[in-house]
Amino acid sequence: MTGLILRRLLVSVLVLWVVSLLVFVATLLLPGDPARAILGQQATPERIAALQHQLHLDLPVWQRYLDWLGGLFTGDLGTSTSTQGPVTALIGDRISASLVLLVVAAVLATPLGLGLGTWSSIRRDRATDQAISGVSLVIAALPEFVIGVALVVLLSTTVFKIFPSVTITPPGEAVWRQPAQLVLPVLTLVLVVTPYITRMMRATMNEVLDSGYVEMARLKGVRERTVLVRHALPHAIGPVAQVVALQLAWLAGGVVVVEFLFRYPGIGQALIDAVGKRDVAVVQAITLLIAGVYIVVNLLADVVGILADPKLRTEAGR
Amino acid sequence: MTAVELPRTATPDAPPARPGGLFRTAWTFPQAKIGTALTLVVVLIAVLGPWLGPVLTGHTTTDFAGKPFKHDGVFGTDGLGRDVLTRFLAGGTTLLLYAVLATVLGIVVGALLGMVAGYGGGRLDGLLMRGNDVLLSFPQLVIALLAIAVIGPEGWLLVLLIGLTHAPRTARVARQATVAVAGHDYIRAAEMYAVPRSQILLREILPNITGPLMVEIGLRLTYSIGYIASLSFLGLGIQPPSADWGLMINENRIALVVQPWGVLLPVLAIAALTVGTNLVADALASAAAGRKREARA
Amino acid sequence: MNAALEVTGLAVSTVAGSPVLSDVSFAVAPGEVLALVGESGSGKTTAGLAALGHFRRGLAVSGGQVTVGGVDVLSLDIGGRRRLRGSTVAYIPQDPALSLNPALRIGLQIAEVVETHGYEGSVDDRVGEVLEEVGLPSDARYRRRYPHQLSGGQQQRVGIAMAFACRPAVVVLDEPTTGLDVVTQALVLKTVRALTAEHGVAALYITHDLAVVAEIADRVAVMYHGEIVECGPAVSVLRSPSHAYTRRLLDAVPDPGATSVPPPPEDPLLAATGVSVSYGQNVVLRGVDVSVARGECLLLLGESGSGKTTLSQCIAGLTHSYSGTVSLAGTGLAAATRHRTDEQRRRIQYVFQSPFSSLNPRKTVAQSIEVPLTQLTSMSRSERRARVGEVLDRVRLGRALADRLPDQLSGGERQRAAIARALVTTPDVLVCDEVTSALDVSVQATIVELLGELRRELGMAMLFVTHNIALAGEVADRIAVLQGGSIVEEGPVRTVLDSPSHAYTRELLAATPRL
Repeated sequence: MTGLILRRLLVSVLVLWVVSLLVFVATLLLPGDPARAILGQQATPERIAALQHQLHLDLPVWQRYLDWLGGLFTGDLGTSTSTQGPVTALIGDRISASLVLLVVAAVLATPLGLGLGTWSSIRRDRATDQAISGVSLVIAALPEFVIGVALVVLLSTTVFKIFPSVTITPPGEAVWRQPAQLVLPVLTLVLVVTPYITRMMRATMNEVLDSGYVEMARLKGVRERTVLVRHALPHAIGPVAQVVALQLAWLAGGVVVVEFLFRYPGIGQALIDAVGKRDVAVVQAITLLIAGVYIVVNLLADVVGILADPKLRTEAGR
Repeated sequence: MTAVELPRTATPDAPPARPGGLFRTAWTFPQAKIGTALTLVVVLIAVLGPWLGPVLTGHTTTDFAGKPFKHDGVFGTDGLGRDVLTRFLAGGTTLLLYAVLATVLGIVVGALLGMVAGYGGGRLDGLLMRGNDVLLSFPQLVIALLAIAVIGPEGWLLVLLIGLTHAPRTARVARQATVAVAGHDYIRAAEMYAVPRSQILLREILPNITGPLMVEIGLRLTYSIGYIASLSFLGLGIQPPSADWGLMINENRIALVVQPWGVLLPVLAIAALTVGTNLVADALASAAAGRKREARA
Repeated sequence: MNAALEVTGLAVSTVAGSPVLSDVSFAVAPGEVLALVGESGSGKTTAGLAALGHFRRGLAVSGGQVTVGGVDVLSLDIGGRRRLRGSTVAYIPQDPALSLNPALRIGLQIAEVVETHGYEGSVDDRVGEVLEEVGLPSDARYRRRYPHQLSGGQQQRVGIAMAFACRPAVVVLDEPTTGLDVVTQALVLKTVRALTAEHGVAALYITHDLAVVAEIADRVAVMYHGEIVECGPAVSVLRSPSHAYTRRLLDAVPDPGATSVPPPPEDPLLAATGVSVSYGQNVVLRGVDVSVARGECLLLLGESGSGKTTLSQCIAGLTHSYSGTVSLAGTGLAAATRHRTDEQRRRIQYVFQSPFSSLNPRKTVAQSIEVPLTQLTSMSRSERRARVGEVLDRVRLGRALADRLPDQLSGGERQRAAIARALVTTPDVLVCDEVTSALDVSVQATIVELLGELRRELGMAMLFVTHNIALAGEVADRIAVLQGGSIVEEGPVRTVLDSPSHAYTRELLAATPRL
């Protein structure tokens, strides 16, 4: 089992490395000279050469990649062309705000989705199930910004005016000082993610409840609650952990649109700004960060899956 | 991905599954009818709208019909004084076109890769699937943002990016379906008669994985619409002064209180379209699962 | 009669309204074994589960009574039925691999029944006791195993232990030996027999195998399309069946004693010499030699895991990582079918085990049969079409079915179509890999008969691979017995069946149930 987990860990590191390579190569495709882009058309050749040297643009590609990679480990992510400041500072100001959003949404959506999915499965084909399935199917189809705009119309402007539709806290300050401004972004993310978790949990539970061993447990006269808790739920852990992880990892990407929509001072909004301004160093750093979160969460899910499977767990000796 | 384990009850009178019956079976589900209706309405708007708009309102998408936020006409004007209805009617065409192209690209590339990996097996399979893992570790939107940052918001780039980021996801599904089919003895039989590999893929395997692929088409179309509309909404997709639903929502949301139609109409259209295609995909998935049940009975 | 289990006029239908069981009545007395016999889809499992008041999703009772020890089961509420299940009526499922919870240790799964229904002694002791009763180790280490760490036979015995743990009055056994090899099956049957007799338990034994019935049952009820068509003492039903369906079932049971004429030995047409296959540490075949002469039928007998399918796939070129040689009429063949010539491919044909897997569901029967002609011959389209028609007649399938899809055919018809595909290029050697094992008993007989006729008509050599020794006399001239990847005995059918020289062959013959 340990071997299996180690191998999985190695794969993750490898994937992360290839991802870093891809992100780096993407910047090489940038047309024009970054030094000129920063200094403008009036810059003298000497100044450009000096900046090129300062940005290490005069070095061979592989060395620039190694420097950049080294920078990642030492916390030096380069210089933003639009703010002229270090990328680390820009991200540092915003990352806690994004994490708050992610964690709160995850903490709300996961139990909600698992609960609704299980409930739906227990009440299979009855009205409750059909209602939950139908609603989750509809919401799952909607892009984040459509849900977000709908919430703004409903709760912030046209219908009711309860929650603010934009965040007023500037980057670097604690967003949770004004909890009301968190409500709509969090609610949007919860609505985006919950339907997937619900549907997956329902499908997994349906499969498990139809299995031979659950039928056997019932034919042994075991109480329905025990059937559910002891025989059925443990089998849902592995597959559902995967989906929950995928959804949480997906939140890391979905957060981009939601932050933009609510002018939330997180890394997602910074990413959109940077893309608009072609600020490549910032885009590189944030893309890599999001991909990293994605990879780590998926790794954790696979580890949970391995731990939940007695067949894999008992192969410890090999 | 959800191999639904079905009750092992024998159903002696189960009707035999027929080819082409997938759509007929899917049609018996209510979500297929609702989904098709929603999709058709929006597609009609998107296709006929650009022509219908000027005829109905007498305005083009970019002429200044009047003062900002004027409330004459059916839905009034936007912040720049352009007619909201005209812009709404014209705003779905590009979105739909791009989404369809991206979906076709994603499905064709993904299905081919998945089939080759699933049937070929061995080292090729390992290589393709590891490559897939790398691509899958970027959220689709983020990979698009990275490329747009470098190259800029071009139409062809949107189609290429969304299509190619679909491909690994479709490849996964196609591979899984192919592995299941490739385990059957009729594939062994074809190999025994030395049927060329390309023919085994196209004639023996492809017809047997159309079920999951149909579901994929519905699903990927839903996501394509969502992503392209999202990018336009972020100002990084279809560019002003084009009339586009995603862009309209972004342009008009500041004035939501004064002129709600500029936001509500495109929001409703995108919602109807994505919900519609997703309902159809769900009906197809249910039909395909039911068919699997019959095959096992 | 004070029956432990009595079912009267039971009717069950699907929620949609089509009947699954109609007017089913039977009774089982304490200590008695009633066999409920029928083919898949006849409703026998539904009838068995009704004894526990359990109906699978989509089924509902539409009439009748089920009485267990004087209690009307169907009038009980959920809680009442629950208390009955596992304590008074126990169930032993068909496939223990699916019915044991893969995530729970077996000790816990047995203890769970005992705890649920209350037990005055030590639960631990009872679990140990009942494990010993079914002939399994009862130590703590063994109890801490997970189901996947047991063999199929051990898993089934855990299932039996679970059923007998609360000393039930009635046990329902749902094809408990399907999927087990004959030796394990014999062991499981012995255990069931002993436990029911010892504790005076009424057993309802569901099966499709009449030979097993003869072995274990006191009385037999035969089910056909949801109705009981015949019921009576096992001896009289098996000796003098009154219903046509029962007669058909009985005729279908192969008899190892049937005779056939041994042919004169000739130069081998097909010979496999020194064939060895191993996957890593796992050795599947160890230098096997077999040969088949022109017009001869060799029966290759072996249990699952003996390597018999691997051997037949080596011959057909489907497994190419083997050492040793396969030669046809003295010419060595390339390992992989892709490297053999069209003519070689044409001369050796292969019929797969399951016609549900060997025919492409999206191709019509004619399209599937045409493939070998397209690939291996230069026939024109119309010639191919004509040839497909001929061969369909030959396998008694009829041209009318040519444009059907496999879904629209029965299992027997599908297997005929698969045989037609193998015969369409008039091969010299036909390899049949367990061709009857996926089919219902009454269909098996017709397929075996068809293959025999075809062999005589066409003068083909045949390699008939099976686990069923009972088929030997019906089809083969010679037998080769494969065990653990080696041939342990080989000779003319009569000699091997009448005086087997190897211990394993004797064991197989002894374990095979007979009428």
